[in-house]
Amino acid sequence: MWRDLFQRHGALIVLAAVVVAAGAGLDGFLTAGNLDNVAVGASFLAVIALGMTFVIVTGGIDLSVGTVFALAGVLAAWASQYGSAAALLVPLVVCGAIGALNGALIARAGLAPFIVTLASMLGSLGLMLAVSREGTVTHLVPDGLALTPLVHGRLLGLVGHPVLLVVVLFAAGGVVLGRTRWGQYVYAVGGNEQSAALMGVPVGGVKAAVYTLSGLCAGLAGTLNAVWLGSGVTIFGIGTELEAIAAVVIGGTLLTGGYGFVAGTLAGVLLLKVVQNVINAVGGLSSAYQEVVSGLFLVVVVLAQKWLSRPGAAAPTAPHGPSGPARTGAP
Amino acid sequence: MVRAVSGVRPRVDRATLLAWTRDYGVYVGVAVIVLFNIVFTPNFLSLENFRVQAVQVAPVLIVALGMALVIATGGIDLSVGAVMALSASAIALYLGYGPVVAVLVALVAGAAAGAVNGLLVAFAGIQAIIATLALMIGGRGLALVLVPRLQGIRNEDLRALGSGSFLAVPYVVWIAAVLVAVVVFLVRRTVFGRGLVAIGGNRRAAELSGLPVRRTLLLVYVLCGVLAAVAGVLTTARLQASDPNSVGVLIELSAITAVVVGGTPLTGGRVRIAGTIAGAVLMQLLVATLIKHDLPPSWTQMAQAAVIIGAVYLARDRRRT
Repeated sequence: MWRDLFQRHGALIVLAAVVVAAGAGLDGFLTAGNLDNVAVGASFLAVIALGMTFVIVTGGIDLSVGTVFALAGVLAAWASQYGSAAALLVPLVVCGAIGALNGALIARAGLAPFIVTLASMLGSLGLMLAVSREGTVTHLVPDGLALTPLVHGRLLGLVGHPVLLVVVLFAAGGVVLGRTRWGQYVYAVGGNEQSAALMGVPVGGVKAAVYTLSGLCAGLAGTLNAVWLGSGVTIFGIGTELEAIAAVVIGGTLLTGGYGFVAGTLAGVLLLKVVQNVINAVGGLSSAYQEVVSGLFLVVVVLAQKWLSRPGAAAPTAPHGPSGPARTGAP
Repeated sequence: MVRAVSGVRPRVDRATLLAWTRDYGVYVGVAVIVLFNIVFTPNFLSLENFRVQAVQVAPVLIVALGMALVIATGGIDLSVGAVMALSASAIALYLGYGPVVAVLVALVAGAAAGAVNGLLVAFAGIQAIIATLALMIGGRGLALVLVPRLQGIRNEDLRALGSGSFLAVPYVVWIAAVLVAVVVFLVRRTVFGRGLVAIGGNRRAAELSGLPVRRTLLLVYVLCGVLAAVAGVLTTARLQASDPNSVGVLIELSAITAVVVGGTPLTGGRVRIAGTIAGAVLMQLLVATLIKHDLPPSWTQMAQAAVIIGAVYLARDRRRT
């Protein structure tokens, strides 16, 4: 019983503990300014991790999102000279196409997800270098772009728009994964691909769709980040795929697929970012410690998951999200 | 002949052709690219160019040797670049005790990193991608914590290791050749080598037939870590600087490509060392050719991505589809 609770809400419980501890131990942690920093900083990663959640629930992995995120930023900054619509559409179309290409190679040609997305990681890196003239040009977002005040805006002067967007996207993602037929298909593919195919689930289509979604999410996050920063920084975001995977796994989604939920991912992202914020706040620690901590986190969480789902434990077996039993049993 | 009985001759021919391409395509690729260079690239056939290419391919080849063993067991090691960074930082930290101690510490660091991977994969039962991904993040982070920025190395012995040569062949190439011989011996002539291929073919069957599966897996990852550390030492010696920030970045991809292009399937159960060498040489020559003909790095990377996908596509397991 408590095992399922921990698998489901472990990230949230640890997050609460860390926030309480940091609030008590660190001056200036629980100030509005700092919490706002954490929330906005987490929002870009959260959008990437949302797409990654769908991919991992199908039992796959997308290693290209970090580079696609960076590519989207450079593309958005480059395209912003042609106006807001171009700045938004160009990266989304390109990144969606990269995701669709990943999906086609994985779903139709049956290649291993990690090698396909590793190759597209290299391909997007090349494309990004081409757009930034081998990294010599940093495209700037021009002043007065209509998109800029939208991204920097605040609802009622309190909640930053990126944070608001994350809330909306995760609500939508939660509904799609937990409450729709397609969401149940995603669980079914991750649970057992062959059974899913026998039940009439369009396995190839579902896989192609989740990788496209992941590309789009990374593209959107990169675009927003570029507008937020005011420029397309070429090195920003390389390696984010690791953080996104860590956040998804910390959030309780099983890497073997078939089990997971988007709310956990949000808690996982916040936990990672709060820990990074604490590391930054404790003086004298370089940012390289964040990577060490992220790596350790991943190992500890995966080991904990392994232990929770060991034979004989009350393991999460039914492939269902927060909505209750799966409906995919019907042919 | 048995296949012909099934009565689908054209498909069988196609399958044979594909299998042949998978196994020997890499040598055709190397031959084509060498011919192209002989015709179109000035000074390609000079001894100096040959040396440069051999020296540049050596670290990738050494990493690819370990990767081939890991892939033969059905696993993968994404952490090799981070292990190179760790070994580079170990050199910088321990050079004060002399070059021998520094190199030994670097190799021990590589073995330790490999042992962490091996323990997670073999004993904790975690997927190889995730276990080594964790070390890929954490390892480079740790290397940067130890040596935050590029540190110049002023040591005659290490400098000689990086740029010296014996019988007109650079030490780096000698070391790579010796390591190739060792790995070939391991794979062909030892129980360990047979065992690791058997595990990749069918782990359950290997367990049932009494092979020490976990110990073999652990040893394979340790070996891969040590080989990556050797590559880190050689790269550091060549650069005459320890640079944990950039040494070995994306080398896991080059190594995996060399292995896959060389005809070792990602699903495991087979290992082709000669093919892996040819694969590493092919990718090196491809990059060198594109650079010589003034194509920017962006194009090289996109071309590499296309070659990887093409190789994996050819090597995919058709029985599954």
